[in-house]
Amino acid sequence: MSTLSVRNLTVTLGAAVVVDGVSFDLEPGQRLGIIGESGSGKTVTALAVMGLLAPSLRATGQVLIGDRDLLAMTERQRCEVRGGTMAMVFQEPMTALNPTMRVGRQIAEAIRAHQRCTRAEARQRATELLARVEFTDPARQARSYPHQLSGGQRQRVMLAMAIACDPAVILADEPTTALDVTVQAQMLALMARLVTEENAALVLISHDLAVVSGMCERVMVMYGGHVVESGNTAQVLAAPRHPYTAGLLATSAAVSLDSDRTRLEVPYIPGQVPAVGSFPAGCPFRSRCDRATAECAVMPPIEAVGDHLAACHHPLGGPASPQIPASPQIPADLAESGKE
Amino acid sequence: MSIGGDPVAAAVAAPISDGPAGAPAGTARLSVAWRRARHSPSLLIGGTIVAIMVLMAILSFVWTPYNPLGIAPQIALHGPSSAHLLGTDQYGRDVLSRLIAGARITIYAGVVSVLIAGLIGIPAGLFAAQRGGLLDEAIMRTGDVIYGFPALLAAITLSAALGASTTVAMIAIGIAYIPVFARVTRGSALAVLSSDFVLAARAYGRRPFAVLRRHVLPNIAAILIVQASLLFSVAILAETALDFLGLGTPPPTASWGQMIGTAQNYLAEDPMLAVWPGIAIFLAVLGFNLLGDGLREVLDPRLRQ
Repeated sequence: MSTLSVRNLTVTLGAAVVVDGVSFDLEPGQRLGIIGESGSGKTVTALAVMGLLAPSLRATGQVLIGDRDLLAMTERQRCEVRGGTMAMVFQEPMTALNPTMRVGRQIAEAIRAHQRCTRAEARQRATELLARVEFTDPARQARSYPHQLSGGQRQRVMLAMAIACDPAVILADEPTTALDVTVQAQMLALMARLVTEENAALVLISHDLAVVSGMCERVMVMYGGHVVESGNTAQVLAAPRHPYTAGLLATSAAVSLDSDRTRLEVPYIPGQVPAVGSFPAGCPFRSRCDRATAECAVMPPIEAVGDHLAACHHPLGGPASPQIPASPQIPADLAESGKE
Repeated sequence: MSIGGDPVAAAVAAPISDGPAGAPAGTARLSVAWRRARHSPSLLIGGTIVAIMVLMAILSFVWTPYNPLGIAPQIALHGPSSAHLLGTDQYGRDVLSRLIAGARITIYAGVVSVLIAGLIGIPAGLFAAQRGGLLDEAIMRTGDVIYGFPALLAAITLSAALGASTTVAMIAIGIAYIPVFARVTRGSALAVLSSDFVLAARAYGRRPFAVLRRHVLPNIAAILIVQASLLFSVAILAETALDFLGLGTPPPTASWGQMIGTAQNYLAEDPMLAVWPGIAIFLAVLGFNLLGDGLREVLDPRLRQ
């Protein structure tokens, strides 16, 4: 039985569909990456899985932990699952820690939310956890307030809180996005090590293909609340079938510096992610896709294309397809196209 | 100018040595507050006045120049003298002693009404903010109804029904100000509840009540302290007004409002009899207002430069 099994998860905001029919399974130790731009529904998916959606958002479908459906649980039962079975690491380490609480005490809080132990025991365990997330002087640093720590240190505190009660699943929502580039790799390595040690399943949410490709064996690409492509990470990246994935891949190519040029050029996917509720009917990407035809007015089902799954009426044939929409452009054009 | 609505921005803006190598964190925080306090005249003046009042009230239990209740008809309505610095009243009681003893009633009145308003208003505001929806509406509209009823009239009615006593009057005033606390609490709690660290606390499995107590309350404590000190001055005014009307503290207990009330009849003989308690009331209200403003300057992140 899977550790976590998400079945046809759909989140609605009034009449607007924010996340549409997301399904995935996770076994212990598996790592799944969710990729997409801001507004593609990644974070909402994670919050829905945790049962932490704002009251205005409604989730339907199933989030199965073992054989229990989180969406059918009472709030009290969910509190047992959160932290105990599933833990979450947030994007912004600057605001995700209580500014009035010393970090050691905050970690102890996470422990005491699930385990019966004395204050002293919890404090002792908090110090051990700080050592596990590579704090050099955990006993003393446990007494710091969040504002006295750097972004990387705070994110490691978040990680310590996440693993405090040995969860089976850890959801990390853009855990390195707010960090300095120099700290990102270190953070990812630490996270990979801890997840392995705990034999926990990991859901890593990122907009950065490089992060996901280094961490996760499986990847799911989201756009407009739909899973548009999913499969083995290496296979998806080697031969993206959905034009959106191909576009994402082309944009992340800009990370490497082109030494022949005098100016760094930034490729991009034309257009912007529409606001929630204003995606076109049918395939959400069709307003930005140069392969779109009348057929795309109907949402394509996600089905096997080559060696993995994609939801596209006109999937790309291979890795070197000339149809990749994101040709390199200079930033000035980017600014202009943003105005329309 | 940086307007940091959230406490994090304010904490980051505070000039504290970076990294965990600095002084113990609690000391750093306090020292920042203390540095601000020294530059806030209202806090210094208000704090001093309030401190003197509290000391006077405590002192009165063990020592006053004369017995504040001791009647001496032979020296009634004597003006200020070296023996009686502020003179004597119509029964020959020492005015200075009665002023010092009256501070007790004033402090007591403030404490009772602020406690009642806070102990009910703060939880009500917290739950309204967290639950939202119908419960929120129900709590806040009930508060509006209570707030719409004149506080003094309620206190007068209660006193008339249950007999004049400081406690009864102050319970009425306290109830009348429950909605004030509830509103302030709800407003600031809503801001904290939408913050990332509350979401994070929920994500590691904290129950709603624990989230309120351990995460929301500490982050809005400063605002509530300010509110409490401002409400203290309102309560003092209400109490003296009731005593003046004879509906609060019954005689012979010394209270400032009652002293002004009885002094009315002897204005021709010694007008200063009404002036002394008047000055005391004025200073007490000024003191708590300045303290409130000063605390706000020091504690409220939104007013920090």
